[in-house]
Amino acid sequence: MLSFLSRRLGGMALTMFAVSLLVFLVLEVNIDDVAAKVLGQFSTADQRHAWLLQNGYFDPLPLRYARWLWGFVTGHWGVSTYYHADVRDLIAPRLLATGLLMISTLAVMIPIALTLGVLAGMRQGSKLDRGVSILAIVTTSVPEFASAVFLSAIFVFWLGWLPGVSTLAGGVTLNELALPVAVLTLSSAGYIARMTRASMVEVMGSPYVRTALLKGASLSRIIFGHALRNALGAPVTVIMLQIPWLLSGVIVVEVFFAYPGFGTLLYQASINSDIYLIEACAMIGVVAVVVSQLLSDVINTWLNPRLSLALTKAAPPAGASAG
Amino acid sequence: MKRYLRPTILIGAGLVGLWVLVALFAPWLAPFDPLKSLSPLALPGTPAPGGGVFWLGADLLGRDILSRMIYGARPVVALSTLATLTAYAVGVTAGLLAGYFSGWIDTALSFLANVILSFPVLVLYIVVIVALGPSPINVVIAVTFASAPAVFRIVRTIAADLKQRDFIAAAVTQGESTWRILFIEILPNATGPLTVDFCLRLGYTTIIIGALGFLGLGLPPPAPDWGGMVNEGRALAFAFPHLVIFPCLAISSLVLGLSLLADGLNEARDGQGRGS
Repeated sequence: MLSFLSRRLGGMALTMFAVSLLVFLVLEVNIDDVAAKVLGQFSTADQRHAWLLQNGYFDPLPLRYARWLWGFVTGHWGVSTYYHADVRDLIAPRLLATGLLMISTLAVMIPIALTLGVLAGMRQGSKLDRGVSILAIVTTSVPEFASAVFLSAIFVFWLGWLPGVSTLAGGVTLNELALPVAVLTLSSAGYIARMTRASMVEVMGSPYVRTALLKGASLSRIIFGHALRNALGAPVTVIMLQIPWLLSGVIVVEVFFAYPGFGTLLYQASINSDIYLIEACAMIGVVAVVVSQLLSDVINTWLNPRLSLALTKAAPPAGASAG
Repeated sequence: MKRYLRPTILIGAGLVGLWVLVALFAPWLAPFDPLKSLSPLALPGTPAPGGGVFWLGADLLGRDILSRMIYGARPVVALSTLATLTAYAVGVTAGLLAGYFSGWIDTALSFLANVILSFPVLVLYIVVIVALGPSPINVVIAVTFASAPAVFRIVRTIAADLKQRDFIAAAVTQGESTWRILFIEILPNATGPLTVDFCLRLGYTTIIIGALGFLGLGLPPPAPDWGGMVNEGRALAFAFPHLVIFPCLAISSLVLGLSLLADGLNEARDGQGRGS
C-alpha cells in the first residue's frame, strides 16, 4: 500500500509540474499580452515596456518559468490587478464557500443517486428501471444554466418561495443554498444513478445471487446481505471522478446565483483579464481534480485489495474518462 | 435495420433533425430580423408594431426572441459539430498511433492526455479563451484541445487490443503501409463505440459552448446564440422569465435529442452483440 501511494504521489507531482508548464505557456509566453492585461488596454507602449523590464519579463523563458513556479510553490501568487489584493487572501474565503456548496451537493445527491440506481438495477427492464433511466437521461441533458433558469422560474418567479440570488450576505442559510444545490444535484445525480444501476444489474446477474435466490433467500436479504456491498464499489469511484465535472458545474451555478465562491471569482477574473488570479484558480482547480483521483484510487484499492498489487506493478491507472 | 427503430432513436433523431433543419432554413423560418430593435421587453404574444406577433416576446433591446432563437441554432449546431469533428480528427489519429506503436509515443501521448484531463473542463476552456480571446475559431480550438484526450483514450484502447489480432499481422506481412493499417484495417472496427461517443460528445460540446456563451466568453455579441441570450437576459430574468426560458428549452431539447440517440444506438449495439 505504501509503495502504491508513493508511486501515485510521484505521478501526481509530475502531472502538476506538466500542468503548471501548460498554464504558464498558455498565459505568459506572449509578454505584450501580459503587460496589456496587467496595465490595462489604455496603457502606452512605453509604460508596458518599462513594466516588463522592471518585472524581469525580458529574461529567458526557462528562468521566468522557474521563478514563476517557485513563487507558486512558496505561496507567492501575485496581486490581483482587478481587486488590488493578494491573490491568496482573495481565494481562501471563496474556496471555503465553494467547499460548503460541494459538500452540501454531495450530501443531497449521493443518497438520491444510489437509491435510484439500486432500485432500478434490482429488476432489469422493469417499469421503475425504464423510468429511472429516462429521468437520468433527461436531467443530465439539461445544461446547468438551463436547469437554474427552469428552477428559478418555478420557485422564485411563480411560487416566490426561494430567493433568486445566493450572495450569503446575511450568513449561510438553507434558503439560499437550496437552489444551487438542487441544480447541481439534478445535473450530476443522473450519471451516478446510471453507474450504480449498471453495477447493480451486473451483481444481480452473478452466480452467487442466483444461488441465494434458488436457496430461497428473500429479496431483501439478497440485496442487503449480498448484492449491495459488491454493487457499491464502482459508484464510489465514479463519485470521486465526478468531482471535475461538479467543479465545472459549480462555476456556472455560482455565477448564475451570484454565490460568493471560487467559480464566481474565476469568472470575474476571466472577464477582467485578471491574469494572476486566473493562473492561481486554474492551478487550484487542477489540484482538486488530481487529489480526488488519488482518493478514488485509494478507496478503490481499500475496497478491492486485489487491485493494490496490480497497481504497484502497472502504470498509474487512467483518471476520469468522461471528458 | 429493425433494431434501430426504437423509440429512443426515433425521438432523438427527430429532435436533432428538427434543430438542424431550423439552423439550415433560419432565414425562411424567422418572422423578424434577429438584430432589429422593435419593442423592448414585449411579452409573449404581443402584436409587433409593423405587423406580425412576438410569439415568444422581445428582449431588452426589443429584438424578437423567436427569431433570435431560430438564428441562434446556427452557431450552436455548426460550432459544436465542427469542434467535435476536429477533436475526433486529433483524438483518433493520436489514439491509433499510441495504441498501435505503444512504446515512447504511447507514453508521451498518454501523459499529455492525462495532463489535459486533470483540468476541470470549464477551467481549461476559460484559460484557453482568456489567452486567445472569444471568437468562433477559438471556441473550436478550445473544444478540440479539451475533448481530444477523451477520444484518444477510447481509440488507443481499441487499437492496442486489435493490433494483436491475426488480420493485422496478415496486413503487415502483405506489406500494407502503416497509414493503411491504422485507418483502413483498425479504425473501422472502432466505429461502434465511436458513434455512441460521438453523439454524447456532441451533446457535451453543445452544453459547454452554451455555458461559455452564458459566461459571456463564447461568441461576441450581437450575433444570437442560445447561451449568450441567457447571459443577456439574466439580469432581468426574475421579472421577465420569457427572456431566458426559451433559449434554455432550445439547448436542452437539442442535447436531450443527442443523449437519446446515443442511448438508443448503444442499446441497439448491445442487442447486436448478443446476436438477437
